[in-house]
Amino acid sequence: MASGNSATSGFVARLSVRVARRASNSFALEAEFEASAGFTMILGPSGGGKTTILDCIAGLARPDAGRISLGARVLFDSAARIDMPVAERRLGYVFQNLALFPHLTVEQNVQYGIAKMPAAERRARMMTMLESFRIAHLIARKPNEISGGERQRAALARSLVTNPAILLLDEPLVALDNATRSKILDDLRDWNAAHEIPILYVTHSPEEAFALGERVLVLEGGRILAQGMPQDVLATPRHETIAQVVGFENVFDATVRSIAEAQGTMLCQLDRSATRLEVPLGRAETGVRVRIAIRAGDIIVAAERPHGLSARNSFPGRVLSMRREGVTVIVIVDAGGATFEVHLTPGAIDALRIDAGKQVWLVIKTYSCNLVEPSPR
Amino acid sequence: MDWSAIFLTIRLALVVCAILLVVGTPIAWWLSFTRWRWKFFVESIVALPIVLPPTVLGFYLLVAMGSNSPLGRWYQSFTGHGLPFTFEGLAIASVIYSLPFAVQPMAAAFSQVDRNLINASSILGASRIRTFVRIVLPLSVGGVVTGFALSFAHTLGEFGVVLMVGGNIPGVTRTVSIAIYDHVQALDYAGANRMALLLMAFSFVTLSITYSLNRRIWAVWPMHR
Repeated sequence: MASGNSATSGFVARLSVRVARRASNSFALEAEFEASAGFTMILGPSGGGKTTILDCIAGLARPDAGRISLGARVLFDSAARIDMPVAERRLGYVFQNLALFPHLTVEQNVQYGIAKMPAAERRARMMTMLESFRIAHLIARKPNEISGGERQRAALARSLVTNPAILLLDEPLVALDNATRSKILDDLRDWNAAHEIPILYVTHSPEEAFALGERVLVLEGGRILAQGMPQDVLATPRHETIAQVVGFENVFDATVRSIAEAQGTMLCQLDRSATRLEVPLGRAETGVRVRIAIRAGDIIVAAERPHGLSARNSFPGRVLSMRREGVTVIVIVDAGGATFEVHLTPGAIDALRIDAGKQVWLVIKTYSCNLVEPSPR
Repeated sequence: MDWSAIFLTIRLALVVCAILLVVGTPIAWWLSFTRWRWKFFVESIVALPIVLPPTVLGFYLLVAMGSNSPLGRWYQSFTGHGLPFTFEGLAIASVIYSLPFAVQPMAAAFSQVDRNLINASSILGASRIRTFVRIVLPLSVGGVVTGFALSFAHTLGEFGVVLMVGGNIPGVTRTVSIAIYDHVQALDYAGANRMALLLMAFSFVTLSITYSLNRRIWAVWPMHR
């Protein structure tokens, strides 16, 4: 770690990963991707191989074959028989359970990775880091004497104080409430604006992935199903599994038309469509571009104009096509130029006598509209 | 009261504990983290003294230390005298005899330490030794204290191995348990009782201290560096 004390030198070490690892007869990981400075979200269901990828990069798990490099440094190369020891890889890794040392204070935890530095410099570095993560007042406390959010901040500070070449985060914020989580993420973004390292962020929450990520990588069953900018991943041809993993069959780009602060809602105009949707209030202003995602199963279909509903969005459309898959009927509806995918049961189709060309009404609750607006940065 | 036997016994137990600290800790560390497939073999050897009659263990140790064995000859060429019936020979035999009592509680405690903490330490650039000293050891104090208390108490009370390897030389190898045996042989029941009572009280106190420390281990540990 002693070599890590220089300031960021201006160029960004790009992470390049190609790994194959067979964990059992039923599960094998096979992935290839690159990551540059900024957030790369690794999204997928549990058991999909997300943590294994991080473990391979950190050196905690050993790939059967492949190559992992960070800028000019080769961390692992099966062909060249290179397997750099964990302690020399110079990366930050925050586990899901944080792994703060329970018998050490926050101060001792944060200084753990920079022990070889001269004491004065070590202390200065630690204090700067604790201040940027707003936990400087907690240095004398033990991990079990501070709150969950503060523990999270301490774990991030402990990793980042070593000036890692890359940061690996394994669902680190999963236990926190939304407000605490977004504050911590803002601080992490601020830190990375100055340091510009790749941050691999594992999550199973599509909302989180699409809100934060400059790049998203969808992983299931040990394979990468899609990767790229959030809109590209969502626009990938409606691959059944991607929709399942991502969780949304319907994604629309839209513009905010008006805001009802008191109601906590805003009205958005879908692109290339007459349809307007009322959605939960996000961090947005009138005229701002947003992305709205809706699950096909959350859309209700009515044969006639509905009355007396609590749902705020109801608008007419025309059935374009229908096809049956197992016990689900996938109905495609055109509503004023926007195409909606709706999932219904065969029973509902029969009861409503839905057919291609028929006029129907779509009903969507405000809270079924998920804002996945691209992050401002 | 046979004070020379008492002091000899305590000296022996302390020497054995010190050697076990050096020898037993790495063995326990290795046992709790190795993935070697023949590990069970080593575990069985370490645990053997628990199940073997002390006379069997003592007999083989005596043979191994004798002037007919390579080990015995090597030691003799070094020091000019043999190992059997000396304090050194007795100490070596006691270390082997008490090894499982030190190693097992320590290995159990080491393997209870969250692997994530050990991984986190490596990722932060710490060597294996630093990880052990700063993370594993402090989080296993309970097991280490138990291991040493048990091997200390166990060494205090050993009889069969002492008799086989050390014999009964006053001031050199005549420990409390041998002295008690002598008293009984001489029909001096009162003398035997005094020493037996002392040994029992001492062992009881050692164990009580250990268990009470373990109970409030976190209350005594907030040591700063």
